[in-house]
Amino acid sequence: MTRFIDLTLNGISTGAVYAVVALALVLTWRATRIVNFAQGGMLMITTFIASSVISTSGSYWLGFAVALVCGLVLGAVVELALMRRVESGPPLNAVIVALGLLILLQALAGMIWGNTPRSFPPAFSIRGYDVGGTHVLFAPNDTFTVLAVIGVAAGLAALFRGTTIGLKMRAAAFQPEVARMLGVRVGRMFTLGWALAALVGSLAGLLVAPAVFVGPNQFDPILIFGFTAAVLGGLDSPVGAVVGGVALGLVLSYVSGYEGASLVTLAALVILIAVLMIRPGGLFSSTQERRV
Amino acid sequence: MARLEIEKLTTDYGPVRAVDGVTLAVNEGSITTVLGANGAGKTSLLRTISGLERASDGRVRLDGEDILGVPVEDIVRRGLAHVPEGRGVIAELSTEENLRLGGLWRGAEAATLGEIYELFPPLRERRGQLAASLSGGERQMLSIGRALMARPRVLLLDEPSLGLAPLVSAQIMQLISKLAAESELAVLLVEQNARSALSIAHRGVVLNLGRVVADDAAQTLSADEGLRKAYLGF
Repeated sequence: MTRFIDLTLNGISTGAVYAVVALALVLTWRATRIVNFAQGGMLMITTFIASSVISTSGSYWLGFAVALVCGLVLGAVVELALMRRVESGPPLNAVIVALGLLILLQALAGMIWGNTPRSFPPAFSIRGYDVGGTHVLFAPNDTFTVLAVIGVAAGLAALFRGTTIGLKMRAAAFQPEVARMLGVRVGRMFTLGWALAALVGSLAGLLVAPAVFVGPNQFDPILIFGFTAAVLGGLDSPVGAVVGGVALGLVLSYVSGYEGASLVTLAALVILIAVLMIRPGGLFSSTQERRV
Repeated sequence: MARLEIEKLTTDYGPVRAVDGVTLAVNEGSITTVLGANGAGKTSLLRTISGLERASDGRVRLDGEDILGVPVEDIVRRGLAHVPEGRGVIAELSTEENLRLGGLWRGAEAATLGEIYELFPPLRERRGQLAASLSGGERQMLSIGRALMARPRVLLLDEPSLGLAPLVSAQIMQLISKLAAESELAVLLVEQNARSALSIAHRGVVLNLGRVVADDAAQTLSADEGLRKAYLGF
């Protein structure tokens, strides 16, 4: 029973990270109908920047803030410089550009920071809470992770539902031409969508880095899990992304705990294929057909 | 000077000339209808005026100012609103969100939701519902109401009666007529239903294969039996 509780708690905290990655993917998908396969590379870069800032300044929170700002800027730059050119073309063009960007970013990171993974400090203690004399598999840092996910999800919901900029973003995403006819500067909304997505992505990088270490390829599995979570929830739905992330985290935690850690990636891929075959729109889908 | 002046406007889609040297004018407080069969270039004409398509030649002037080549989102800011074919409501947003969207760039000078609900009472009852759940007539009201939120000076309407029951279509036509008269709006109305469009329009232009084949007072066009048989189908 204790084991079950431990695995559940662990599933929630890892699932929370998948949820953040999924949210980042959902945001770019909603904004421009592009699955950003470069998201893993982008959050890797911002986490490396955080790592450098933390080691030179000694302040975790300075590195944290710098990474988020860099994410925001990187997202905007990627949209303006690269994606703008392929947004209206065939979907495969955007996929290839994103994959090319991923390879480029990974190569650049290797040249700048080296290919040996380095450790990354957690925001708070990773020593599990003491419950009745034993340490459970849930630490103050996990509480922070879960709260961060709730904060991001609530913030995004408030932005989309409660503000005029959110209304414009939604209009631009659903019907770009109609939005333009109503005076919405659609290009800016796309840039903003990518910037926000990359900001959320960089948060995911910061949250997961203590567990996976920082290296050019360390975040690849996280992107696969995040993508699975996003598909599970329906690529269009922020709520779905969060639920999908936590659900995936729980399932993978049980698989890892009861069957063995080596099966985790396999299990994620089985879930991904199953969802695509049985319910391709995801669990929270609207009717929009997916292009990728 | 007419509020909206179009001079020798030409639009090409690759090798296909969709709009071929069209000249027409719309005065404030009046309705000009553009008639013609499917493929006559009516929708292309409106899309070129509002900046959605690039013109190959010609001029478009709004209150004397050239607007050709101005981006769509800035043409709206000059006071030209385009209600697209198929109504163009954003199905994923609520009725009220669709309406608010229309007035956003205008800020405090936008029309109020109350004014629009006054014009289209059924929308008030549906304000919280997703636009996807509205009937065809309600969608058309929403689309026109949304355009009016920005208090435009020129209104382009693309087939507002398409797919509507005759009674609903007649109501919409009456409303357009009333709007033009009361808000001193210049209305350019594209219609396939020539009879009902001519009943409210002051002037009519008939297009065939992108060219103007007739341009006259609406009553004269209605009375021209040869023209009716050849192009208007009634």
